[in-house]
Amino acid sequence: MIGRVILAALLAGVAAGFIMGVIQHFKLTPLILEAEVFETAGGAGHSHETGPAIAGADEPEEWNPEGGWERTFYTTAASMLAGAGFAAVLVGIALLSGIPLTARNGLLWGLAGFISVNLAPAMGLSPELPGMPAGDLLARQIWWIGTIVATGIGIYLFAIRRQPWAIAVGIALIIAPHLIGAPQPPTHESGVPAGLAAQFAANSLAAAAAFWCVIGVFSGLALDRTAKGVWAT
Amino acid sequence: MTTQATGLPVQLTDQRRGAGIAALVIGLFLIFGVGLSHIAAAHNAAHDTRHAIGFPCH
Repeated sequence: MIGRVILAALLAGVAAGFIMGVIQHFKLTPLILEAEVFETAGGAGHSHETGPAIAGADEPEEWNPEGGWERTFYTTAASMLAGAGFAAVLVGIALLSGIPLTARNGLLWGLAGFISVNLAPAMGLSPELPGMPAGDLLARQIWWIGTIVATGIGIYLFAIRRQPWAIAVGIALIIAPHLIGAPQPPTHESGVPAGLAAQFAANSLAAAAAFWCVIGVFSGLALDRTAKGVWAT
Repeated sequence: MTTQATGLPVQLTDQRRGAGIAALVIGLFLIFGVGLSHIAAAHNAAHDTRHAIGFPCH
């Protein structure tokens, strides 16, 4: 059973990631490419840009996908792997907690994923374009992971547990990361136009919402087919 | 397993727990590789996806 369940979860995520890849190709990657023009024009201490636009930069030679179809291929493949990862984690949480994840309630699972992984962290670290200033990378990654975990546990406490103490702790967990505050850059001054950045942030959140809805429903379908009896045992 | 999983909607079986742990570990490994790894090649290949999904990048 274990192998079948995991394979099904991974395939569900890969399929969702492919859909995400298509959305990216039309609604997100063009904005990234546009921002990279400003990024290279400004040239402010950015250590690893992608794409052919930086061919002349005096940086150590690093492997980068070629622009065009190769870059699209790697971006789509990365989204498929990310989708597989998110779906597997969702399925893992469902199996370990014993809260059923099915095709019927997959949308709710997906929304919980979207709120935890994208919406809540976006309040401190909005989705950013290349070339925009940002705080220390490791500090941001730690805050990002902490916010996801705290928000996820918070949602579980007040959606599933429901007792007054659980609701109180859940709300505290969801608010805490924002009281602590995300690592911010010294200045938001940037060569990337503000309108472009705003559009990217909005498109990114909308795409992530669609991505997660599909992950949730596909993961539910996968479990319905491979582990239908598991919730009753 | 005779443990009373108090408060949980259904009782945890060994098989479900095994599959759950395996799925969680594989999933976290994939997410780390795509979104958080500091290895340059992993970063560059997944660059546009990291930005698109809102992973902290650069």
